[in-house]
Order: sequence, then structure tokens, then C-alpha cells
Amino acid sequence: MQWGSASEFFAMGGYGLYVWTSFVATALCMVWEVLALWRRRASVRAEQRAALLGDTDETTA
Amino acid sequence: MRVNWSKYSAPMAFYPLAGRLIPWFSVVAVALMGVGLYMGFFVAPTDFQQGESYRIIFVHVPAAWMSMFLYVVMAVWAGIGLGLNARLSFMMAQAIAPTGAMFTFLALLTGAMWGKPTWGAWWVWDARLTSELILLFQYAGVMLLRTSIEDLRRADRSSAVFSLVGVVNVPIIYFSVKWWNTLHQGASISMTTGSKMAATMLTAMLVMTVAFWLYSIAVILARVRCIMVERESLPVWDEKPAVIQEVVEAR
Repeated sequence: MQWGSASEFFAMGGYGLYVWTSFVATALCMVWEVLALWRRRASVRAEQRAALLGDTDETTA
Repeated sequence: MRVNWSKYSAPMAFYPLAGRLIPWFSVVAVALMGVGLYMGFFVAPTDFQQGESYRIIFVHVPAAWMSMFLYVVMAVWAGIGLGLNARLSFMMAQAIAPTGAMFTFLALLTGAMWGKPTWGAWWVWDARLTSELILLFQYAGVMLLRTSIEDLRRADRSSAVFSLVGVVNVPIIYFSVKWWNTLHQGASISMTTGSKMAATMLTAMLVMTVAFWLYSIAVILARVRCIMVERESLPVWDEKPAVIQEVVEAR
């Protein structure tokens, strides 16, 4: 363990901006991708449902 | 245990199998990311040359490896699709492209974040960086080609040919630091000389790589499932029997 305190950890020896930008950007991209897939899946399922129900009642589906 | 693999090449069997696998890959990926980040920030020592800035390696190298690896996998699926005219193979290739592009973007971004403190420049036109940027354009090309062609079969085939041709860039990226005199440092791990890093640094990097790899499998399987429904519109694949019953009663 090489960190004396939390602020030392966040400072990253003066490279905090570069290090944290890298890690946060990577995390955001991954979270965004998962959320986008979640939404896509929800809309796919809604369409499936609509297709199943669509034959009888177009409005409620 | 004998597994009949050919059974799973049929979309109807593959779809539920993929659905069952996603949670496992996701859980292990998240766990390994936790382990990798812990090791990367708390176990791995400070680099004697680069100080703490080197810690970017724990996302940069895994992202860069995934960007190249996923491109090859995408091209292989595209090739199988062309050879066997298999719909599922084209759908796999289609599902891989966005994740590959994302990792290419991240490799470039984290590379810039590392380049600025170590080289004094966000970007240089050196062989490694330029060939990786071209890889990003290749992913974009594959995806744009697909969306710009209305006919699915033609879109499949043209983007497959495009991605297969582009595979030549992957060894160029990989060996660029050897073939040309680049600012980018040489390979961290080499088949011939082994690793040049401290053991804990290397372990953290490899753990993160495996985590990214499992993450990619999970999101690609999730995406291919969406694509399968969007393209094939077989509506009852995903529904539980109770839901189907409900639907039947509603009729």
C-alpha cells in the first residue's frame, strides 16, 4: 500500500487528472453501453408483445 | 459430458442459451474488475520511471487488446457467414462491432491521457497511434456500411467483406512498435522475452484484461439477442409459458 491518505490517493502523485479521466471515461462507456442495451431490449420486448397481441387489438398492444 | 454443439448454431437454440450465459459472464466480469482495480491501485507499486501515471495501463492495455481481438473475432464470424451463408454468424459480427469500436475509442482516449504526461503531447502521428485510429475508422465503416444498405443480405455480405479486408491492419497495429521507430513504448509482454513489468502490475493488468473479455462476451450476447429478435421477429422465443398463455387468452 503506497497511499498515506485519501487525498494522496486521489492526487495520484500529481497525475490525478489523467489517471481518473481514463478510469472514469472507461466506466462511463461501459455503463452507457449496458444501459443502451437494456433500453434496446425493453423496446424489442415491447415490440414482441405488440406483435403477439396486435392481431386482436391494435390500440391496447 | 457430450454436448451437441451443432444444436446451438440454430438461432432458436442459441437464443435461450445466450440468455442463460449472460448473468454468469456479467457477475464474474464485475468481480474480476473489482479485484483488478484493487490490485492496480493498492497492490501494484509505483513505477520508478513514470510515477503514478503508469496506472492508466490497467485500462489502456486491456482496452487496446480488446479492440484488436474483437476485430479479429468479428472478421472470423463475418468469414464464416460468407462461407457458410449462416445468418447467425452475420448477426454475431454485427453484435461485436459496437463493443469493438467502444474499446478502440477508449484505447485512444486513455492513450492520450497517458501520452500527455509522459510525452508532453495528447497525440502524435506515430505508427501505433495512427494504425489504431484507422481501426476506429474501420469499425465505423463496418457499422455505417450496414446501416446504409437497406437489403439485409447485401448489408451482411458487404460489411463482412469490408471487415475481412481490414483484418490486415491488426498485425500492423500489433507489430508497429517493432517495425517502426515509434514514440509508443514496446510491448509490455513479449512471447520471447517475457514480461518487463513487476509481477503485481502484470497480474492486475491480466485480471483487468480477463474482466474486459468477459464483459465483452456478456454485452455481445445481449446485443445479438436483440438483433436476433429485431431481424427474425420470432416473437415467442423469450416469453415464459405463462406469458404466452396470457397472450393466447387475450386473443
